[in-house]
Amino acid sequence: MILENPVASSQSELHATDQGVPVVLDALVRQFGSTRALDGLSIDIAPGEFIALLGPSGCGKTTALRCLAGFEQPDSGAILVGGQNMAGVAAQRRDMGMVFQSYSLFPNRNARDNVAFGLQLRRQRANARRSRANELLELVGLSEHALKYPHQLSGGQQQRVALARALAIEPQVLLLDEPLSALDAKVRSELRDQIRALQQRLAITTVFVTHDQEEALSMADRVCVMSRGRAEQIATPSTLYAQPATAFVAEFVGVSSRVPVTRTKDGVELFGKSVKIRGDAASVPSTEIDALLRPEDVVARTSNQGLGVVNHRSFLGATTRLGVGIAGSTVKVDVKSSEAEDFELGTRVDLSLNAHDVLVTERRASE
Amino acid sequence: MASVVADNIVDFELPLVAPEATKRRRIRWGRGLLLWLAAAYFIIPLYAALKFSLQNINGKFSLSPITAIPSQPGLGAAFFLSMRLAAVTLAIVLFLMVPTMVYVHMKMPRFRRFMEVVTILPIVIPPIVLILGVLEASPLWLKSSPYLLSLMYVVLSMPFVYRSLDSGLGALDVKTLVEAARSLGSSWLSTIWRVLVPNLRSALLSATVLTLALVLGEFTMASLDLWETLPVWIVDFDQTNAHISTAVAMISLLGTWVLLTLIVSIDRSSSRRRRKNRIS
Repeated sequence: MILENPVASSQSELHATDQGVPVVLDALVRQFGSTRALDGLSIDIAPGEFIALLGPSGCGKTTALRCLAGFEQPDSGAILVGGQNMAGVAAQRRDMGMVFQSYSLFPNRNARDNVAFGLQLRRQRANARRSRANELLELVGLSEHALKYPHQLSGGQQQRVALARALAIEPQVLLLDEPLSALDAKVRSELRDQIRALQQRLAITTVFVTHDQEEALSMADRVCVMSRGRAEQIATPSTLYAQPATAFVAEFVGVSSRVPVTRTKDGVELFGKSVKIRGDAASVPSTEIDALLRPEDVVARTSNQGLGVVNHRSFLGATTRLGVGIAGSTVKVDVKSSEAEDFELGTRVDLSLNAHDVLVTERRASE
Repeated sequence: MASVVADNIVDFELPLVAPEATKRRRIRWGRGLLLWLAAAYFIIPLYAALKFSLQNINGKFSLSPITAIPSQPGLGAAFFLSMRLAAVTLAIVLFLMVPTMVYVHMKMPRFRRFMEVVTILPIVIPPIVLILGVLEASPLWLKSSPYLLSLMYVVLSMPFVYRSLDSGLGALDVKTLVEAARSLGSSWLSTIWRVLVPNLRSALLSATVLTLALVLGEFTMASLDLWETLPVWIVDFDQTNAHISTAVAMISLLGTWVLLTLIVSIDRSSSRRRRKNRIS
């Protein structure tokens, strides 16, 4: 399947639109019965920025996107697009292109007519519409499928037509509501690259909703991790991964192990050594705390007197992930697969931390 | 040796296969008999009516009752009144039901069950009760218009239109299609017209056929409201010339059947075209 090539090689006249606009979500609240889907969500999005709303089901990410699109009205708060308040502006007047999770192509129209639909509503002439639709289909690598109907296209092709359709109207903001979740892994990864390449080329402000952290981290300029209708942390993917602001972010983004630790004068005692606390140490309670460790931040060495025992191994390709039982907890540790044969199940190991500081959080009630 | 083995196999299999085959044959006969009984139930009255209309007192067959139809007084007016009522009924019922059903499917899916029950009511309540109640409650200007009948037919046709549209909308992801159209700048009206109606063609055709059949066959209400629609004319004219009246009834039946076949075949040929596209 051709995905990156069409973007790079397309001879179309499409260019960076310079129409990236700033978007502000200010203290949005949306209540559905007794459920508060959005609880004071605030995000500032820069012109041309690609931001991902990431979170588990029910965290409010889709509601936030639907409020921005105009399909839901927030109970309070404001949405500003290019400085204009969107309160009371109907969805069809917001000038936002949207790609949906489920296939949303109009079944009675072929790919080209689907792409041209928005232009038809804008009363463009038939020739102009056709040529613009062809241009966009070329951009997403589907020129040869222009006359096919949705049922004749694969899921990935349908989503690419939907993307072309959303871009055809030259929207101020592009909204992507989990557009890849219905696709198989290979197509998903290819389409992910294509969407990112297109977005960078057109410099269009884009809001992307996903529950898949890999998608969010690999595509977005910044990621907003959401939980219970609020933004837990808004940061670049690398900051989010390396310096999670909260325990929720640390556990939701990437893989973490929880290890009970005790407070010391300078920080916490972990694996027999004192380690600094990341962030504001003063706000950390003095007892009942856990450290959150990334598998790559922990080093395992075989030792007959080691306190840990390897009780699980998963081969991940270049690395192998060990589950090491220590003091009633299981710590995940990544080792090079070439060295993994030293860590048979039952091997005693010593663990140490390969980081300057550690994120700590209150211990969970169940643990 | 081979023949011994073969004989053994035959001896062994016969008792198992034979009852199965007999059972299958019996089922086939049973089905055939049912089909013939059902066909007889529908065909015998039609045949009797056709024979009655074409046979004169001497027992000879003649096409004169059919050739005499166009010159019968009042038939043309009754036919056109029925057609007018059918067109108005269709326009009102589709105008009311399509947006309502789209709204219910999108915003109030739980309300569908309630609507289903409500739309059954016209079937449960006898037409005579409906028309007497409506005539009592209607203002004079409406009572004196034949289109009061259309309003009543809208109620009568609702169960059929509801079911057709409900199954058509159920086959579409209405919410996503509507939202996709709106995000592209389409108004509600334009979304219904450009996106939903073309994708509901089969459902709309079936609603149209059922509504037409209902309006062209309804007698009680039209008769009590004193309007001479086609069915009322057939019954009235029956007292003057039963042969011609029966011939008209047969032709209207044939006309409805042709209309139905035409609509169904249009739909079939378009589905075949779609299938062909898919294969290519």
